[in-house]
Amino acid sequence: MSGEWAIAVEGLTKRYGPVVAVESLSFTVGCGQVLGLLGGNGAGKTTTLAMLMGLLLPSSGSISVLGEDLLRHRYRVLERINFSSPYVDLPHRLTIYQNLRVYGGLYGVRGIKMRIQQLARDLDLEGLLHRPYGRLSAGQRTRASLAKALINSPQLLLLDEPTASLDPDTADRLRGTLRDYQKASGAAVVLASHNMLEVERLCDDVIMLRQGTLFDRGSPAHLIAKYGRETLEEVFLDMARGRSLL
Amino acid sequence: MSAHLLGSVRRMSAMIERYVYLLKGSWPRVVELAYWPTMQIVLWGFLSEYLVHHSTYLAQASGVLLAAVLLWDVMFRGQLGVSVVFFEELYSRNLGHLFASPLRAYELAGALFAISLLRTLIGSGMAALFAFWFYHFPIWRMGFVLVAFFMNLLVMGWSIGLVVAGLVLRYGLGAENLAWAAVFAIAPVSGIYYPISVLPHWLQVVAQALPAAYVFSAMRTLFFHHVIALRPLWEAAMLNVVYLILGLGLFLWTFHNARMHGRLLNLGE
Repeated sequence: MSGEWAIAVEGLTKRYGPVVAVESLSFTVGCGQVLGLLGGNGAGKTTTLAMLMGLLLPSSGSISVLGEDLLRHRYRVLERINFSSPYVDLPHRLTIYQNLRVYGGLYGVRGIKMRIQQLARDLDLEGLLHRPYGRLSAGQRTRASLAKALINSPQLLLLDEPTASLDPDTADRLRGTLRDYQKASGAAVVLASHNMLEVERLCDDVIMLRQGTLFDRGSPAHLIAKYGRETLEEVFLDMARGRSLL
Repeated sequence: MSAHLLGSVRRMSAMIERYVYLLKGSWPRVVELAYWPTMQIVLWGFLSEYLVHHSTYLAQASGVLLAAVLLWDVMFRGQLGVSVVFFEELYSRNLGHLFASPLRAYELAGALFAISLLRTLIGSGMAALFAFWFYHFPIWRMGFVLVAFFMNLLVMGWSIGLVVAGLVLRYGLGAENLAWAAVFAIAPVSGIYYPISVLPHWLQVVAQALPAAYVFSAMRTLFFHHVIALRPLWEAAMLNVVYLILGLGLFLWTFHNARMHGRLLNLGE
């Protein structure tokens, strides 16, 4: 494991009794790199993300995040990373502003008012800041969750289906915001998504997961060329349906 | 103050701010905090007035029943202030966000204690004011020892609240009714309205393991003999230290167990 990687995972395995969710997964993510995790439902994407945050303890294997052993020094890392997922909400009765203030406090963000204003501008939330999270539309919630994920200007951003339930226009703008943030900050991003166009547009590199194991890895263009398909979606469908790829 | 301690204080303050927002944003919640203890006082106040004139026992110490009701409510509110407020994180499916942040489980517990104290002061405080206004019973006349009664019962409530929160973390929201059942299960053996000597011997042994029994015993001594019994209060405090450590230990263990089984992302309504 080395400090030059934002993430270095070795032999990562998660078992729930006889069920293997992730098995012997090894990969690295460079600083400033955007990695896509691709795989069908139950392939192990969310499980992998949860282990990268320390929300889930692996059965075996090692995880280094931003140069620290996550399993031993989790709290040295957590102030520098963040995440967003449609499977986790923010408190419904608090407004976006209140939620962001609370998370700003948890992450030790200085100048929280200015940071909230900046995020509200970037994510088109200015008119919604004082509306309770529970009264937002699905798309507005996604943007609010992303604001929370960016509140501490993370060096590593973990995103689980970041544009789920967004209309194409909003999703496109949000991808632009993410790309701008990533370029400006040099943050590493790990993105689990079912949206192949999103992965092609955002990711430098893609890991394809099938039944909890690493199936293949490469840039979107490399994978498309390697398997002789027109799009990443075709590669994904072949993998997900167990069809011969070569 | 070390950087680590400052960080802890900052994160606990953020969580307290979160729970204060919740209270400020809903006046029915604030009213509800005071409603039940006040209704208890109304009921027991009339009963007290009746019994004082028909019972030589109570005639010696009017107000003892009202004091018992108010103090019992401290423990009840203290317990709910930890467990029910913790449930809010599950209702809003927020645990994943919280524990992907630098917040430690023990810091969450600390914030729950603080908000439990605030909620108890609001609820029991309003009931105490009502008891003074309606029945001319100033519980603060007990003096400084009232703080010892209050803190002992509040901390016992926290310990029970942590156990309930831990069980919900382990078994999911299906176990949330324990929050209401847990305190009532120990009420009969806490000697709230009667000395524990009336209990069968084996139940007296159980009662002697409960800090509440010592507090209510000391309260009766104060009312009937006008003596501050420090020994039972110390015994209650010692027991509370043990139970708080056990409660916190169970909560932290169930948190670790939830990380093992992936429940921090999945728990919720």
